[in-house]
Parts: sequence; structure tokens; C-alpha cells
Amino acid sequence: MFRLALKMLFGDGAKYLMLVFGIFFATFLIVQQSAVFCGLMRWTSSTLRNCSAPIYVVDAKVEQINETNALRDTDVALVRSVSSVRWAMPLYTGIQRVRMEDGTYKAVQLLGIDSATLAGGPTRMISGNVDDLRLPNTVVIDRLATERLANKGERPIGVGDVFEINDLEARVVGVCEAERSFTGGPYIWTTYERALQYTPPSRKMLSAILAAPIEGKTIDETVADIEAHTGLKAYSNQGYGTSKQDFSEATIWWYVRNTGIPISFGTTVVIGFIVGTAIACQTFYAFVLENLKHLGALKAMGMSNFRLSLMLLLQSFTVGIIGFGIGLLFTSLFAMAALKNEQPPFFMPWQIPVVAFLVIQTICALAALLGIIRLSLYEPAMVFRV
Amino acid sequence: MKEGQVVEVRGVEKSFGDGNQRIHVLKKVDLDARAGEILMLVGPSGCGKTTLLSAIAGTLRVEGGSINVFGQPMHSMSSSALTKFRGSHIGFIFQQFNLIPTLTCAENVSVPLLIQGVSSSKALARAKDSLATVGLGDRWKDRPGKLSGGQQQRVAIARALVHEPPLVICDEPTAALDAKNGEIVLDLFREVARSPGRAVIIVTHDNRIFSYADRIARMDDGRMIEERESDHSEKPHFDHEISH
Repeated sequence: MFRLALKMLFGDGAKYLMLVFGIFFATFLIVQQSAVFCGLMRWTSSTLRNCSAPIYVVDAKVEQINETNALRDTDVALVRSVSSVRWAMPLYTGIQRVRMEDGTYKAVQLLGIDSATLAGGPTRMISGNVDDLRLPNTVVIDRLATERLANKGERPIGVGDVFEINDLEARVVGVCEAERSFTGGPYIWTTYERALQYTPPSRKMLSAILAAPIEGKTIDETVADIEAHTGLKAYSNQGYGTSKQDFSEATIWWYVRNTGIPISFGTTVVIGFIVGTAIACQTFYAFVLENLKHLGALKAMGMSNFRLSLMLLLQSFTVGIIGFGIGLLFTSLFAMAALKNEQPPFFMPWQIPVVAFLVIQTICALAALLGIIRLSLYEPAMVFRV
Repeated sequence: MKEGQVVEVRGVEKSFGDGNQRIHVLKKVDLDARAGEILMLVGPSGCGKTTLLSAIAGTLRVEGGSINVFGQPMHSMSSSALTKFRGSHIGFIFQQFNLIPTLTCAENVSVPLLIQGVSSSKALARAKDSLATVGLGDRWKDRPGKLSGGQQQRVAIARALVHEPPLVICDEPTAALDAKNGEIVLDLFREVARSPGRAVIIVTHDNRIFSYADRIARMDDGRMIEERESDHSEKPHFDHEISH
């Protein structure tokens, strides 16, 4: 009987396509917008992955990585004095300007790392050598910078090229892979001391302290020790969802709470849900109405309401699964293009398709429910009326 | 119920609407149907014959009286029991055929068997046999839309008979057919009615087919005004000239 239910569904080509389109459209909007939102949120904490260290120590008032409230240089020694800290190194982060040959400026995300250990340095070099950062006036740039900092119409810049940061020479000694920053500017690594030279002076310039725990202590334990002994704020840096004190998590939630980004994306997701529901429910209801006479005949011939309901649910969920699959396929194509161009941001954790699947099946269940209600109100005797 | 009696209707009442709008469609109607006969329920439009047929088929609840079909009290059975009973004991033939247009003829015919839980392959095989008995064995793959009105009604008859129900109920089976196809369909009904233990009840106001009846029950204004044996010569058989 269920095979016949599917044949009834596929046999009505126009309605079937309309239903699949509605579900596809809802899936695409929900999944694509959610993934772009997650990608954008991931960009907010990209510094934490580009400049990797187990522990970030910042000013007590700092709530997220892109917010700078400078520390005193002596705070590095203060953190080092904590017994559970294996090492602690200074970090400068800030947005600086690179002057182009045509006189225009480009904003870059400048990272100043400890010159002795190069802690927080790039991990995936494409060309050059990160150790060359110890040479005078040198920087390592990310792949985005090779395009962004190139003069118009000229080849991308690379190892050996020179540009200026705040009128001071910066010579490229390496190109690396890095995640895109939330502000859109490329990442440039240099030593901490040179970063201070590139930056207009101010009383305090230490943005954060990178640290690691000694053996036998967990990151969370060391984070607690640092906070207890220094009065500074310490965050673990192991990734979203790993700890209550994780800096990525704190950063992402700060953006969720303090910006209109979730409302903007959330609105689109809700619109996707509403449009999908409207199209699916309306079309499926019309499909049921059109087949009411036949379904009524089945009822008269002895088919139970329960079995008819199962048939409608099967038809509805089949459309849901096919529409969802096509929606996910198109989202993947979008993702491939996005990841190739590195924008718009795109990050799809497994939870997004799982939740979207449940949402889409809820839409289908609603659509089927409307049909079931209509069918249960249909008296089998009606089938004798022309 | 007497021996050989398959349907016994006693004092059945049914009305529709409320208050001043209430219309009494059936007014203490009595009717009997016996095995091996074609019973025609006739009368003018709106006299209540289709309502009575629906009540006998168990698709409509009555407000008073009793309906016994093969000894089962249709008036007091639960909805689920009625549904089950309809599936196993009654074959339906509708005026507009009610074939599902997206299914093949064989699939349409197999529906009553599938409802009874017969496997898909067995149901399809029996459906093909049933189509062959109505002369459409070679059209099992076609969809109803490809067939003429008469052929579609024959498919509907095959569907009504495929699960071998003892009672076949037909609502205006010839209303949408031309004379020639009407004759073919009624010959089939006659065959069905002659098979042991079966009865056919036909609602019609098509006087061209009265001669096929074994008994005729005439209704008017919700009442049974006449119930008598037919002498098979009430009206001429289908006159092909008349139909044009």
C-alpha cells in the first residue's frame, strides 16, 4: 500500500516538484544561513587559532579576543611566577595600516610574538622560514596578504618583497596559511619588539600573555591558578565547547550577545522556516484535497484512518527527505565556492544539518497533519456523491 | 435473518441538517436483499436511494432502525469494526469510477487486496486475473486515463470483485456510460449475481437497465413505496438507437 502511496505522490508531477522545491528552498535558507553565521562567529576567534597557545592571559575586564585592554610589561613576569605555568610569553595584537605604492592604505591584523621562542607563530608555512623573523625588519604574512598587499594589476607579493607599516619597512620572509580575521584584514606576524616599533607608542602596549601549564597540571587548573595569583583574566584556548573558560566560546558568545548578527541571520532562518512551511503545507493540502475523492474511496473500501494517515505521512516525509537532500546538495555547492574564495565565511558543524533535518521533517509533519485532519473529517459516504 | 437473505433493513431513519433546515431523507425504510439476485433501488433524484445504499454499505450511520448485513448489525458496530467489515464483505462501484489516475489498472484493482494485507506481488497477480475476467487482461499496465469510460467502469468492477466480496454495491454504474458499454457492464453484474452466495445492489434512475433486475425496490420522498420481483421485461434492453 505504501508503494502505491508513493506512486500517487510521484504521479502528480507538478505538485510533487512544488513540494520538493518548497522543502529545498527552506533547507537551503536554513542550512546555508546557519553555516554562514557559524563561519562568521568562527572568524571572530580566528586570532586564537592563528596565534595558538594553550592559555591566554588578558586584562581582567577583557571579554573577547578582539578587545584589547593593554597589560603592563611586568605582568609577563607575574604570570611566569605562578608555579603551575611552564612558560609565558608576551603578545601584541592590533590593527595597523600598510601603505601601498599608490598611496592608499590597507588595514592588517598585526601580531607581535616573542622573538626567542616564537610562541604563537604561524604553524603552516607555505614558503620561507618562520625563524627568519629574528632578522631585522622582517614579517611573515598570510596567503590573503599576498593578494591584498600586492599593487593593482601586479603579481601577488611573496618572500623578499617589501612594504611599509606606519612608514617603517617590513620585509617578507615567509608566507603561511591562516584563518581569515573577523575584520577582513590579513594577518602579519613579526616579533613583539618590532610590533611595538610599527605601532604608535602608548603607555601600555602588551595585549595578552600566552602561557602553557607545567606537566601534571591541566590547562583549566593552570587557568585557575593564574587568576588566583595575578588578578588577571586567564582563558583556556582549546576550542569551542571544551571548557567553561574557553576564550573562543567567550568571544563567540560576546558577539552573539552584543551585536545584531544573530538577529540578522536568525531572521533569515525563520523566514526560511515560514516560507518552507507555507509552501509545503499549502501544496500538500492541495494535493490531499485533489485526491480526497480517491482517498475517500479507499476509506469506503475498508482502509482505516490510521493506515491512510501513515500513507500521508510517508508521502510527506518522502518529499521532506528528497527536498532536504537537494537543499543540502546545493548548500554544499555553495560551501565549495565559499571555501574556495574564502568568503563568505562558511562553517557547518554536524549539528546544523541534524537540526535542519528535524526542522524540515517538522514542517512535513505539519503538512501531513493538515491533510490527516481533513481526511479524518471526510465521511466515506461522501464518495457516493458526484 | 431468513435463509438466503443477505441484507435486512428495518425502520431505518436518517436526516440531515438542524432545526428548521432539518431534512428527513429516510423515513422508516424497510428493505431485503437476497443471495443470487440483482436488486435495483430506483426512484427520482433526491428520494434517498443513495443515502440508503451508503447506510447498507456501512459508510453512513443511521439514526433509527436496524441494518443487518450477513447477520452483522451495521447500525451498532464500532467504526473500526465497520471499516474492517466493509473491506472484507463489500465491493464498491462508484458512478465516477474513482480509480486513482496515477496508478495502473492492475494497481487500482489490487487495492482491496492490499487493504486486506495481501502481499503486493500476490495482489497484483490476482488483479491481473480479475481484469481478465472483465475483458481487460491486456490493459493491466495502462493508466485509467488511457481507457474509455466503459473500460474504466470495467476496471472498477474488477476492483470491486477482486477480493470476492459477497455483496457488491453499485451507485449509478451506467450513468457515465454509453449504451453499448452499459450493456457490457450489466452483463458482468448478472454474472456476479449468479455466483453462489453473492448479491448485487444497484442504485439507479436509468430505466434502460431495469430489465436486468431480479427485484426492484422503488423509493420516493424517503419512503419505500414498492418492492417487487422483476419480470425482466420492464423496459427494453439498451437500445443503441436511443443512446444516440
